[in-house]
Amino acid sequence: MTRTVTRAQLSESVYQEVGLSRNESADLVESVLQEVSDCLARGETVKLSSFGSFSVRQKGGRMGRNPKTGEEVPIKPRRVLVFRPSHVLKERINKAMSAMRAQAGEAAD
Amino acid sequence: MIKSELVAKLAQANPHLFQRDVERIVATVFDEISAALARGDRVELRGFGAFSVKSRPARTGRNPRTGQPVHVDEKFVPFFKTGKELRERLNDGDGGSDDDDN
Repeated sequence: MTRTVTRAQLSESVYQEVGLSRNESADLVESVLQEVSDCLARGETVKLSSFGSFSVRQKGGRMGRNPKTGEEVPIKPRRVLVFRPSHVLKERINKAMSAMRAQAGEAAD
Repeated sequence: MIKSELVAKLAQANPHLFQRDVERIVATVFDEISAALARGDRVELRGFGAFSVKSRPARTGRNPRTGQPVHVDEKFVPFFKTGKELRERLNDGDGGSDDDDN
């Protein structure tokens, strides 16, 4: 079953791993996300080895269409964030998920 | 910015912590996200964004050089969707279309 992990679980892991107080663990998780966000807001790329990289890409303006009404709406030029997962992360996910699928298949037989 | 620079910044802002603790904090955060994705879970960090795993179905590909058909297994790719707040920050408060956050 798919569950959703949030800041609370990340803080709990930091609390268990590092041994700071729960409050401080939560603050530090927030600081990590804040630093990454600040960097990206400045247009800088953030590279985290064995995880992936976040970069900011400039998109040009174009004419879009409201898919519901068919009405034409201008889309302004904007900056978008792109996440490129590292090979390590992709491999880790594929190995684990394929193993899970194989197990589920066996159980169904 | 790379991981060591992120660690240096956080260490500077938290002088009461050992550098090796800051390293472990950063490593733990990203490792927990990776572990969650490896379980097929979603990671939702409001204001920042959400990570999820998408499956690409098995297909018959082709060797581009020989044109020979080859079977490509189902595969899983991590996906990131930027959160509303960060998207707005990238565009000076104007995040464009205001669809579902995360």
